[in-house]
Amino acid sequence: MKVIEPNAEDSSQRELRADIHVAVKKADKVYILPKGGTITAIRQIDLDICRGEFISVVGPSGCGKSTLLKCVSGIAEITAGQIEVDGAKVTDPPDHMAIVFQRDILLDWRSVLDNILLPIEFKGHRKADWVGRASELLDLIGLKGFEQRRPWELSGGQRQRVAICRALIQEPRLLLMDEPFGALDALTRDELNLELQRLWLASKKTVLFITHSIAEAVLLSDRVVVMAANPGRIVETIPIDLPRPRTLDTRETPEFGHYAKIIRKRFEELGVLRSKA
Amino acid sequence: MTRAQSVILVLGGFLVIWEVWVRLAGVPTYFLPAPSAIFVELAQNPAWYMRHAAYTVGACLLGFFMALAIGVLAAIGIVYSRILENTLYTFLVSLNSIPKIALAPLFIIWMGTNLSSKVAISMLIALFAVVIDTVLGLRSVDPEVLDMAKSMRARPLQVLWKIRFPAALPAMFAGMKVAISLALVGAIAGEFVASNVGLGYVILTAQGMMQTTRVFAAVILLGVLGTLLFYAVGLVEHFAVPWHVSQRNSAGGN
Repeated sequence: MKVIEPNAEDSSQRELRADIHVAVKKADKVYILPKGGTITAIRQIDLDICRGEFISVVGPSGCGKSTLLKCVSGIAEITAGQIEVDGAKVTDPPDHMAIVFQRDILLDWRSVLDNILLPIEFKGHRKADWVGRASELLDLIGLKGFEQRRPWELSGGQRQRVAICRALIQEPRLLLMDEPFGALDALTRDELNLELQRLWLASKKTVLFITHSIAEAVLLSDRVVVMAANPGRIVETIPIDLPRPRTLDTRETPEFGHYAKIIRKRFEELGVLRSKA
Repeated sequence: MTRAQSVILVLGGFLVIWEVWVRLAGVPTYFLPAPSAIFVELAQNPAWYMRHAAYTVGACLLGFFMALAIGVLAAIGIVYSRILENTLYTFLVSLNSIPKIALAPLFIIWMGTNLSSKVAISMLIALFAVVIDTVLGLRSVDPEVLDMAKSMRARPLQVLWKIRFPAALPAMFAGMKVAISLALVGAIAGEFVASNVGLGYVILTAQGMMQTTRVFAAVILLGVLGTLLFYAVGLVEHFAVPWHVSQRNSAGGN
């Protein structure tokens, strides 16, 4: 892993390093195409995520950031290297892990409440024991009283909030988010960014957040991982040293602009972005 | 104008034209009876027609439900097993390309002239529609939903019952609507080949004696029954998949 200022790591950060939650070591994922030939989605990925850390991965489409998330979650298997969660090698989806996908993928035939309780049913727990917790989560995320509503009656933002509740009821210690707000309008996105920060500050879960928005990554993260495509690889990892809680005003500060610029410059160097029209 | 009103208007207009034409042109009854004559025929023997209709509908419903049970099980097997997909599915496709009515005489040989042979033919004709649409429904589950289920460590049976099956219901109902009509065709085909009861038998014997009014009475009864059966499936669909786009904001089943 390449850090911009390798010597800037202070003692408190080193202490955090000792408690590594997710360790990705030289991970490759090669897809074999049905017509023959291969595509290297990610190559030689090294990434340690500390417990309680909020880490974002930004990169252009096709850089393998979603593949990385799928491999960490155990949905997809890496073809070389190793991924460990809580020190155990990932082969199947690990315990205490939940995913929020880009699309909310709520099941239309279930009420909001039953959608949230889906993972509880899969675990074989009694639903009745968890109804209270589901209502609490809805309340927490601003959808009080929505239990019996149908998914198709909700707006995009409301649906994604329900999807977040469905992830949180699994009481994950590791929360994986795959461009969760990518399909939402800018205002709803801002709102949910702040909501997510609030939830994270209150619970200190480890979050791996995939996004293509530089602003979103800087606003939310402790560290931003910059990825490039062909093959998918990590270019740089940038610690974001901004005070919390961050607000939408934070985005107007020069410090925020500084971080956003570093990342943007990196994309320009990679040829992903052009500064001149 | 409501839907019921427009149906009555079109149907009524059609009957009036038919009646007037038969009377004015003096069409002989053995060629084309007037609607009023058909109505009188039905009204004079309600119990007799009811008995034959009940037999035909019974064979049709038994065949339909057997096709549903066997078809859904076969579809689940086809979706989950590569071997069954290669064997059973291929077999069903080739079976379907045979006009199944041509098999009706065989079933009479194997099972006799009683109800079971009609049920078997009815089932066989309806089966394919159920299998094809159920396979389609079970397969067209969003891959991301399956990823989600996997991330929640769902077991295969849970995925089938809580995700694949409900997701397949709209397609299954499309298949069932086709299957119920085909099941009725199967029941009639069986009765045509060999039977001494049922509306198919009524049509065949009445035709032999040039009782055209009776043929029409049985045909109209079949049309009404087929329509009712179709709408009955639609009604069940309305309550089973109220969440589907096709059912939202719609008051009745169709």
